[in-house]
Amino acid sequence: MNIVVCIKQVPNAKTVRYDTEKGTLVREGVEAIINPFDFHALEAGLHLKDAYGGEVTVLSMGPPQAENALRESLSLGADKGVLLSDRAFAGADTLATTYTLAKAIEKLGPVDLVLCGKQAIDGDTAQVGPGLAARLGLPYVTCVNALSVMDDEKTIQVRRINEDGYDILELEMPALLTVLASINTPRLPSLKGKMMAGKAEIPIWDAEGIGAKPSMVGLTGSATRVVSTWVPTFEARREMFGGSAEEQVDALVSRLKAAGIL
Amino acid sequence: MTQVNYFLTEEQQMIVDLARQIAKEKIIPVRARLDENNEFPWDIMRDIAQADLFGLYIPEQYGGFAKGCFENCLALEQLAYGCIAVTTTFAASALGGYPILLFGSEKQKARYLPDIASGKRLVAFGLTEANAGSDAAGIQTTAVEDGEHWVLNGTKQWITSGGEAEIYTIVAMTNKNKGARGATAYIVEKGDPGFSFGKKERKMGLNASSTTELIMNDCRIPKDRILGRNGQGFLIAMRTLDIARPGIGSIAVGLAQAALDEAVKYARQRIQFGQPIISFQALQHMLADMATNLEASRALVYSVARTIDDGKKDTAKISAMAKLFATDMAMRITTDAVQILGGYGYMKSYPVEKMMRDAKILQIYEGTNQIMRNIIGQALNKEYAKK
Amino acid sequence: MLKVDTEKCTGCGECEESCTFDAIFVKDGVAVVDHDVCTLCGICVDGCPEGALELHVEAGAFATDLSSWKGIWVVAECRGGDLASVTLELLAKSRELAAELDAEVTAVLMGQGIESKARELIFHGADRVLIVDHPELATFTDEVYGNILSDLAKRERPEIILAGATAMGRSYIPRVATILETGLTADCTGLDIRSKDKALLQTRPAFGGNLLATIVCPEHRPQMATVRPHVMKAKAPDPVRKGEVIRIVPRKSLLGHKVQVLESVKEQAEGPNLSEADIIVTAGRGFEQEKNVELARELADLLEGTVGSTRAAVDAGWLSSRTQIGQTGVTVSPKLYIACGVSGAIQHIVGMQGSEIIVAINKDAEAPIFDVTTYGLVGDVKEILPLLIKRIQKERGL
Repeated sequence: MNIVVCIKQVPNAKTVRYDTEKGTLVREGVEAIINPFDFHALEAGLHLKDAYGGEVTVLSMGPPQAENALRESLSLGADKGVLLSDRAFAGADTLATTYTLAKAIEKLGPVDLVLCGKQAIDGDTAQVGPGLAARLGLPYVTCVNALSVMDDEKTIQVRRINEDGYDILELEMPALLTVLASINTPRLPSLKGKMMAGKAEIPIWDAEGIGAKPSMVGLTGSATRVVSTWVPTFEARREMFGGSAEEQVDALVSRLKAAGIL
Repeated sequence: MTQVNYFLTEEQQMIVDLARQIAKEKIIPVRARLDENNEFPWDIMRDIAQADLFGLYIPEQYGGFAKGCFENCLALEQLAYGCIAVTTTFAASALGGYPILLFGSEKQKARYLPDIASGKRLVAFGLTEANAGSDAAGIQTTAVEDGEHWVLNGTKQWITSGGEAEIYTIVAMTNKNKGARGATAYIVEKGDPGFSFGKKERKMGLNASSTTELIMNDCRIPKDRILGRNGQGFLIAMRTLDIARPGIGSIAVGLAQAALDEAVKYARQRIQFGQPIISFQALQHMLADMATNLEASRALVYSVARTIDDGKKDTAKISAMAKLFATDMAMRITTDAVQILGGYGYMKSYPVEKMMRDAKILQIYEGTNQIMRNIIGQALNKEYAKK
Repeated sequence: MLKVDTEKCTGCGECEESCTFDAIFVKDGVAVVDHDVCTLCGICVDGCPEGALELHVEAGAFATDLSSWKGIWVVAECRGGDLASVTLELLAKSRELAAELDAEVTAVLMGQGIESKARELIFHGADRVLIVDHPELATFTDEVYGNILSDLAKRERPEIILAGATAMGRSYIPRVATILETGLTADCTGLDIRSKDKALLQTRPAFGGNLLATIVCPEHRPQMATVRPHVMKAKAPDPVRKGEVIRIVPRKSLLGHKVQVLESVKEQAEGPNLSEADIIVTAGRGFEQEKNVELARELADLLEGTVGSTRAAVDAGWLSSRTQIGQTGVTVSPKLYIACGVSGAIQHIVGMQGSEIIVAINKDAEAPIFDVTTYGLVGDVKEILPLLIKRIQKERGL
């Protein structure tokens, strides 16, 4: 089974800090990690490879240091890692990103399954999976938290989660899926994996290398532009009660009564 | 701020990172529960196996990485940061595996080492008996030849992973009159006729580790289960302990580091008399002593491990030093950590009381620290005799 | 590529101040760009008093006559026989936008047996309703819904398309945006019209809610945005409103799909539906043990409310992930939100900050949750909740 997993290197939400006065991110000491949802997508791919054989290729569009994310993926068992890196890719919104990823996947050759995490924890849009499927002309399902391959090894059944419950869907590969964290528990790297990943060669593909039209990538290929960003502050409307537990409870109840809730 | 640089290679750093990840993600979240319920950490053993760590010291032809004592110490230290009961379970497999590696025949190595390297089967080491602890020569388990078999009779006490391990390296008396050459080592497997286990002991600490009696009642094992030559039993035991002792030292270092981290973190945020308590000299001095002793332990353990890997013989004295110092320091450091956390340190909802309870065993097992002092003292005597 | 005209640059530092990503700074009296970090957002360019910054962008592949795209579309969603609340909220918002754009509001509804909803859509603000009622649309599939909507949009050319950021919306609207080769902004919390060029200003959170960004789609049409339920407010329906209902028969070629739905299962929620509840009691890490969460349930039952959870409570296995409120969970805006033992991580706050009255109970007086509360109680939930429950029972004469 030929599987491609798309991963993104994102800032670790726990180490990013926000300067509310300047309205900016504080970049010092920010750790870059593999987007948590992508970890689960990778694990899903590795699990399928363990069961059905084949190859797992990890693909990432990012700055040069995204190579670390690819090496980490190799240490977990992925076979190949490809980095899409080019100044021309900078500033891409999801429209330009899906174009770039699609061109790269086309260059990788015939693929059975493309796996993505549901969303990246920095952008939070969840748009790349569905957009990429549209570009590649693949049937797709989002928010998958269970996946099984049928005996013909061509049909897959998945469980998609929604607000009310879930659906069970069936589709034939080649296909694209976006996965939820609840689909699996990612494995730890193995020492063998880490050693091999350390020695592995990770090719870097640029715009020309994937045959991308300059007008379709990066900021030029983006339909959206950022007008402004700021760090939100919340209006302090707080009334903090003091005193013993009983006194605080009394104060709360009288407020709620006044508000007509009790 | 510069920390002491131990100049690890890239591969050694990978081992550290991997073991630390296991400690943080797999051990720490469950350590309190395992301790409370005396639960054997099978899931974590599987994770450690998947990470390839069981095979660190085993030659590549058997599926290992042919690394040395030092790399083992690095892994043990990081795992111990999580929980030393879990780490002891892992380390015991090396304690049981080293005899096979050092003294086993090609057939035996081929039969057992691959499963040990892959973590498929756990190993245990059986020397201690009710009447033979420090005085290992006083063991009373006997092994007698009977046709194509050896028949073992006797009871081993306080064996780590007893009942859970599948492979046991046992030392039994073959000839009482031969003194130091009177014992022989054997490989006994779970399921061998006449081999059973006593109940799990309830202990002060180290609760996730299973500690039981091994009961051999006319236990029959095939002839080819003899390990090394007849009469080499104590030699095998001593060599194994020499190489394993720095490992205990590194377990002590990992535990002490965890205790120090909890103590400093707490002291920085606990406000009394209007200040964080770390601003009081009394605490600063305690923490300074803890941190310095910890670093000294680490430096000693690492140096000894590296020396052993250099291939020199007769490392008994330096091995004993590494084990002695680091474990005494760990006891002190964990006790001080409880003291620094004060009332909270005594509560089970904080991790340091378990660390203090666990630390005690480090001064006792794999040779008590009194025996360590004997070894060192006697070695000094021999050393200076030549001068 | 961001270029600094070193002749014009005075090293005033305005750009350094305005950059969210610390990608430009003044060194030796002139602005210097860290190209590895610069996201080409262009905020500094607009703010430079000397006009010394320029964003070099090659001409895009898309040229489009913007003025030929007119009208605001709301993609309606029907679930369990009722219009989704987010549809009504979007219709209310569209009326505001329509007033500024002097445009028509069209609701688009796909499904089966949904014709009767057209009137309701008009009462809530649609001037026109496009109904695509067909057996093949009885079950939602990304391909068919996506193909039909894209096809309609290509032919009708609306300037704006809004949809709910529901499970369905987040799944197929990005497909539509890609087919139409246009921009889509997900999970918007604010929609406004920029006066200078009538562009749609789309405000949304990023970095788990720690950052807010305003985005435009300057040269592509339609401008697309999804909005989470309960972020905007619906208005009461006006039963006198009139509008046009147009039945669309989808072309056969758009109805094909490779994904089959085998089964749809509805799961029982804990108490009344979380996103519709008026009163929510949320349990966080502060309960320490599963058995204490019973207190939250007791309080919720007493108030006829629903129990919600934080990521911590779900990870600990105390409550189902379906009850998780926050950035990756449900967004709620009840009349009363009681956060018990919740620290107030931003990822949680973005899911409940729209609540009318927010009460928090936490041991730590410095917990960030208290930044958004109306009333804050400092103490242990295990101690305060039983007292609160008793007190409320007393009020009720129980």
